[in-house]
Amino acid sequence: MPRRDDLETIMIFGSGPIVIGQACEFDYSATQGCKALKEEKYRLVLLNSNPATVMTDPEFSDRTYVEPMTPEVAADIIVKEHVDAILPTLGGQTALNLAMELHARGYMDPGVRMIGSTPEVIEIAENRSRFRETMTRLGLDIPVSGLASTVEEAVEIAKKTRFPAVIRPSFTLGGTGGGVAYNLDELTELAWRGLTASPIRQILVEESLIGWKEMELEMIRDLADNAIIVCGIENVDPMGVHTGDSVTVAPIQTLTDVEYQAMRDESLRVARAVGLNGGCNIQFAINPKTGRRVVIEMNPRVSRSSALASKATGFPIARVASKLAVGYTLGELKNGITGKSACFEPALDYCVVKAPRFNFEKFAGASSVLGLEMKAVGETMALGGNFREALQKALRGLEIGLHGLGAPVSPAEAALPDDLKLERLKEKLVLPLPERLSDIYSALKLGLPPAEACLLTGLDPWFVSQIELIIEAEETARGTFAETVARGGNPPAADWRHLKAQGLSDIRLAKLVNEASPGLETNAEKILGLRLKAGVVPHFRQVDTCAGEFEAGTPYYYSSYDSPVSPMPAGPGDSGRPKEPGRGRVMILGGGPNRIGQGIEFDYCCVKATQAFAAMGLETVMVNSNPETVSTDYDAVGRLYFEPVTLEDVLAVYNLEKPDGVIVQLGGQTPLNLAMALKDHGVDIWGTDPASIFRAENRRDWNELVEKLKLNQPPSGMARDAETAAEIAKNIGYPVIVRPSFVLGGRAMCVIYQERELADYVSRLAVSGSEQGLDLDSRHLILVDKFLEGAVEIDVDAVADGGQVVIAAIMEHIERAGIHSGDSCCSIPTFSLPLSVLNEIRSQTHKLGLELGVRGLMNIQFAVTKDSEIYVLEANPRASRTAPFVAKATGCPIIEVAAKVMAGRTLEEIGFTKEPHRDHVAVKEAVLPWSRFQGTQVVLGPEMRSTGEVMGIDNNFGIAFLKSQIAAGMATPQLGNVVMTVCDADKPALKTSAAKLARMGYDLFATQGTAQYLEKETGVRPAVLSKLGSVKPNLVDFLGSNPVQFVLNTTSGQKADRDSVLIRAEAIKRGIPLITTMAGLTAAVTGLEALVELRAENARKAEESGPEDAGRPGKYSPWGVTPLQDYHDPARDQAKAK
Amino acid sequence: MLPASLKLTKAALTLDDGAVFEGYSVGQIPEAGGEVVFITAMSGYQEVLTDPSYHGQIVVFTAAHVGNYGTNPGVDQAPRTHAAGVVFHELWLPEVDHWLSEKTLPEYMGLHGLAGLTGVDTRALTLHLRNKGARNGHVGPLNQGLLSSAKARALPQMTGLDLARRVTCEKAYGLPAVKIPGGPKKTMPVAVLDLGVKKSILDQLRSQNLELTVFPAETPPEEIEKCSPGGLFLTNGPGDPAACDYAVELVKKYLGRLPVFGICLGHQIMGLASGASTYKLPFGHHGLNHPVRDSRTGRIWLTSQNHGFCVAPDKLPPSVRASHWNINDDTVEGLEWTDKPAFCVQFHPEASPGPHDAQGLFGRFRVMLEDFHA
Repeated sequence: MPRRDDLETIMIFGSGPIVIGQACEFDYSATQGCKALKEEKYRLVLLNSNPATVMTDPEFSDRTYVEPMTPEVAADIIVKEHVDAILPTLGGQTALNLAMELHARGYMDPGVRMIGSTPEVIEIAENRSRFRETMTRLGLDIPVSGLASTVEEAVEIAKKTRFPAVIRPSFTLGGTGGGVAYNLDELTELAWRGLTASPIRQILVEESLIGWKEMELEMIRDLADNAIIVCGIENVDPMGVHTGDSVTVAPIQTLTDVEYQAMRDESLRVARAVGLNGGCNIQFAINPKTGRRVVIEMNPRVSRSSALASKATGFPIARVASKLAVGYTLGELKNGITGKSACFEPALDYCVVKAPRFNFEKFAGASSVLGLEMKAVGETMALGGNFREALQKALRGLEIGLHGLGAPVSPAEAALPDDLKLERLKEKLVLPLPERLSDIYSALKLGLPPAEACLLTGLDPWFVSQIELIIEAEETARGTFAETVARGGNPPAADWRHLKAQGLSDIRLAKLVNEASPGLETNAEKILGLRLKAGVVPHFRQVDTCAGEFEAGTPYYYSSYDSPVSPMPAGPGDSGRPKEPGRGRVMILGGGPNRIGQGIEFDYCCVKATQAFAAMGLETVMVNSNPETVSTDYDAVGRLYFEPVTLEDVLAVYNLEKPDGVIVQLGGQTPLNLAMALKDHGVDIWGTDPASIFRAENRRDWNELVEKLKLNQPPSGMARDAETAAEIAKNIGYPVIVRPSFVLGGRAMCVIYQERELADYVSRLAVSGSEQGLDLDSRHLILVDKFLEGAVEIDVDAVADGGQVVIAAIMEHIERAGIHSGDSCCSIPTFSLPLSVLNEIRSQTHKLGLELGVRGLMNIQFAVTKDSEIYVLEANPRASRTAPFVAKATGCPIIEVAAKVMAGRTLEEIGFTKEPHRDHVAVKEAVLPWSRFQGTQVVLGPEMRSTGEVMGIDNNFGIAFLKSQIAAGMATPQLGNVVMTVCDADKPALKTSAAKLARMGYDLFATQGTAQYLEKETGVRPAVLSKLGSVKPNLVDFLGSNPVQFVLNTTSGQKADRDSVLIRAEAIKRGIPLITTMAGLTAAVTGLEALVELRAENARKAEESGPEDAGRPGKYSPWGVTPLQDYHDPARDQAKAK
Repeated sequence: MLPASLKLTKAALTLDDGAVFEGYSVGQIPEAGGEVVFITAMSGYQEVLTDPSYHGQIVVFTAAHVGNYGTNPGVDQAPRTHAAGVVFHELWLPEVDHWLSEKTLPEYMGLHGLAGLTGVDTRALTLHLRNKGARNGHVGPLNQGLLSSAKARALPQMTGLDLARRVTCEKAYGLPAVKIPGGPKKTMPVAVLDLGVKKSILDQLRSQNLELTVFPAETPPEEIEKCSPGGLFLTNGPGDPAACDYAVELVKKYLGRLPVFGICLGHQIMGLASGASTYKLPFGHHGLNHPVRDSRTGRIWLTSQNHGFCVAPDKLPPSVRASHWNINDDTVEGLEWTDKPAFCVQFHPEASPGPHDAQGLFGRFRVMLEDFHA
């Protein structure tokens, strides 16, 4: 079937803010989908609330809506844009749920089609009981289970499934609210949580398959019933750990062809029965003792795994799925890599390993035991000639201080006797912990029999054997290899190759040699030198989808040393291309795995810059290891090297490609950390000199610079121990803000109010230092700064070319100083600062930009105190987290401009010489993963903990703010109950807001103290709720049993008191919007007032112009919907001015 | 890459063009020669090594790891291994823990006297074969480049080689039909001309309630008549179809008289019988991921393939049409006779190893038999 000509306008849903379980893989999918459908000349309309994405760049669709992803907004867009069809399969569970909601509410005109997956398909696949019915009808085996809508029903079902029993809530993403219950108590608790998490109040109670093999098939089917399995993925961690948290490998390693084909047959039958059109993922569990195989689930959409599968094989699943959605069949599409048919199954002649990245250290109190609910915040993938090489590349790509298997141990641990160490490890191995593979490695080294390792962990013996082989290789390295190096000789090339092919990094080899020859003190640098002398460099092989069967044109490569004894010259497609004469070549370093503080924003920067370089006629080379990203789409870059972003791996690519310049300022901290070392290797770093970057980060240099420019900064000092820190704090006065230097995302940053807390902090830092990879060596001092309580924080993003500095946007934070900029809500333009302050900020920005010699992007943070004193907090001459927000909010292409500057153009030449001015308001709000980390305190602070962001954009600040809140998960506010409990210091600030809320008609509830205060001061009389620990029902009970619009809870200082912890936890559990700062409340009240006005105005207009929806800005939502293309059109502001 | 603890002997694969690929010797016989072909399958090595169609060939697995799940009961395609040699990137040597595993692959190779080489840069080798075409090679001790390549050159070329005669059964034997619940009720007799049959083909035919008499390749028609077959089946097998004139003649006799179905070499022979010609592909199709379009329905199947020769579509008589096409390289993958009950396919509907998409073809043969004898 050819392209559908009955459709003209297609709407694509993105996946909203990055949250755990739904990360930038959907940016990759939807961006690819947009490209694929644009090729087909459809008119594209995109809805996604997340401004950090590549897909929301206005160039990827005809109309780009960065609006809350609610059914009302979507319905309004459908009407406004005359949408013919909705493609909901590229934006994860969020998109699927939104489409289902639109369908269920009847918001979709019958003429509007759902393509990709129809409501019927989604219903069968996602509704657990219908899915089970379908599987049973097909004769497929499924786990013993039952559906429960109450805790009592769950208990009843558990009698059949026995313990341990698995709880899975229906219709949630990433398994939110799921878990494993080992006894009745746990079952009751988990059933309750699951029922709360499920939008339809339904959970599945299921036989436990813990320890079974877990397999996933990524498949594509068209409506002519052609189907292919793109990739089989085996989880190294067996069932019991969410696949997003598991180390996985492709292709499948431990199944026979008979087993694999039976699974393939079943997948096809499932897809057929469900009526799939496009991509899907099917999960199986296989009992390793009996071979019994059960179907776990099926997702009728592209997924995290399909992004992984696409990168692992080179087969663009989202692209093909999008084409199928508009009528094509598989046989009509080409495999862009080989020019052969797209209807085939990729064959791999390498191993691909994915490893998850966690951020548990940011959530004190939360358990790091893995389970059914996904906890990983990012992932890295590596390709290697064999499993060991791929695994060790993946581990070093994680950037958690691993240089291969084996986690660093604290000196205290290292000092333990071996048998005690082993006992401890054995205790740990029983639990699925993030560091399990490294623990197996350590335990095997201490003599744990491999069979016992398998027994304790449930890992397939093949994987444990692979770890044994790595240990064996390390033994080899410690032997004659190390001796030769110690003697000053150079081991033979074959020995080098053997060790490198086991994935041993130069750093690890140096360590092994040093272990064998104490006192030698070789290092990675020297090892690299020797290795190069021995002529041992990796081969770069092409990812060709076909194991070499056909010639491939893909510019997609990975490195391997595994061409064991006969290093034949690589094939024609297998190496870097010679430079075209007269054409420059630039290499862009990506950000590696996502983590809190370094995510999709930097990928946006890398992708946009790559495009800009390409547009300038430069050849582009990308190095990155994150399979979720757009930057690792071989289609998005000139040539892609899927490699860990470490010095060794980057240099290997560099030596092959010999680019004219390397870009380190766009990928976040990861490439920046390599900047100096790369420069030392003679690499030409384009853009701002790394020395300048470090000048801004090095406290002493920075102080000198601030002094030289006569700028203000909060009084501060540097300490190496608790005593000095206390002395500095005493001198500058509490509260102080403390942090280790050289960290991103405010890691381990803290506001300290008294000396006792400071001592605690320093000792905590020392203890957790080695565990968290934060060491207190000379580069990692503790910085103590005066904390400017109550100050307004300002972010400035600018571009400079060495001679000129042009501001792209000045942002004002809603929350006051003390909350990490990544976690705070912020607005473009500023809303509370006088022009004189803004102009002073502009002038300081110029001074800093020039003094630092910035070439490219820079971000500066200021604090403005109540008496309009301006303090500069930090300057970062590199891409900032806010850069994509600025680009989307203002339409100013700052990344492209910066890229051109880095490539040598001046701002004058580019034509970017004036700070853009817009009449509309854009508000960015952070999204936090509290619900995933039960047990941690729900407190915003100087350490960043948000995973994602959303943007609200409107002509009115209040509405823009409200949109940002709704996009972040708050329900569109209706009148109702508001619960308030604030600390004494905040009470005066509550007066106005409380009065406004009461006037609007909200029912206010408060604790005794807050209520009394309000009554006395304002006459507003909130209903009194009893405090926790006194008469029941108390405040928490109230939250549990009444609909509540939002909860306001503030505490003095950074730590929440015991009551606040419980109140906030309850609000998170119930999904009730929670406001924890007075500034947040003020903004919210402004928004609510604006909404009231808007509704009144809408009603008035409706009355004037007749009853039908005429005159209303939107048919379904109170505000009108406007695409970015319109907001960015300067003519719009001019027209409005007239 | 091999565990260093295993003291394996270095050896090499030398091609007739002088290219040398080093590795370590595994299995029993230190020497082997044959046409070197690469297969991109990621599973099913045991089935491949016992497939008589690989007779005399040195099979190169492109997969990074082979042997992980050991060898299992019931999957052998013949009582012995047929490949002349086998080349791995990384053969799994230690114990295997898979619940079905009986022996490790190296043990199994030893038992069957199969020569192998592991630790080879199979990607380089594959690219070499892809670019220069499948060619003869010799597995032997290290550093005998000239001698080995001379040995490789001395090997007979695949073109013109009749290997079916070498792998066919010695004498005719019968196999009872298998009645499957819900399957065809009436048992029907079918003669199978064994050109190097895979067990799974026989299994598939039997499960269509067909009673089989399997005949050696060069059986004259009179012998076959004796079992009064309701249909004739031509199996897969090794070698050049053009060299199997006896089988071509036999097919000519039966076309139109009985329903005829052929797979792989059987298909090529049926093609020759129709008057078409066959030719050798540069490096053949060996893998489990070959897309084939059924030109009647437009459906695409992922198929298991293993062939070096191919039927040329140009000389087909008007009564024979190419029913299936490989959509990667537009080669003929199936034929059907418009005036006679006969059809054949180049790929392997019995899979083993590989996807089962085309398994319905055995049912189609059954229906053809029923219609013919109705």
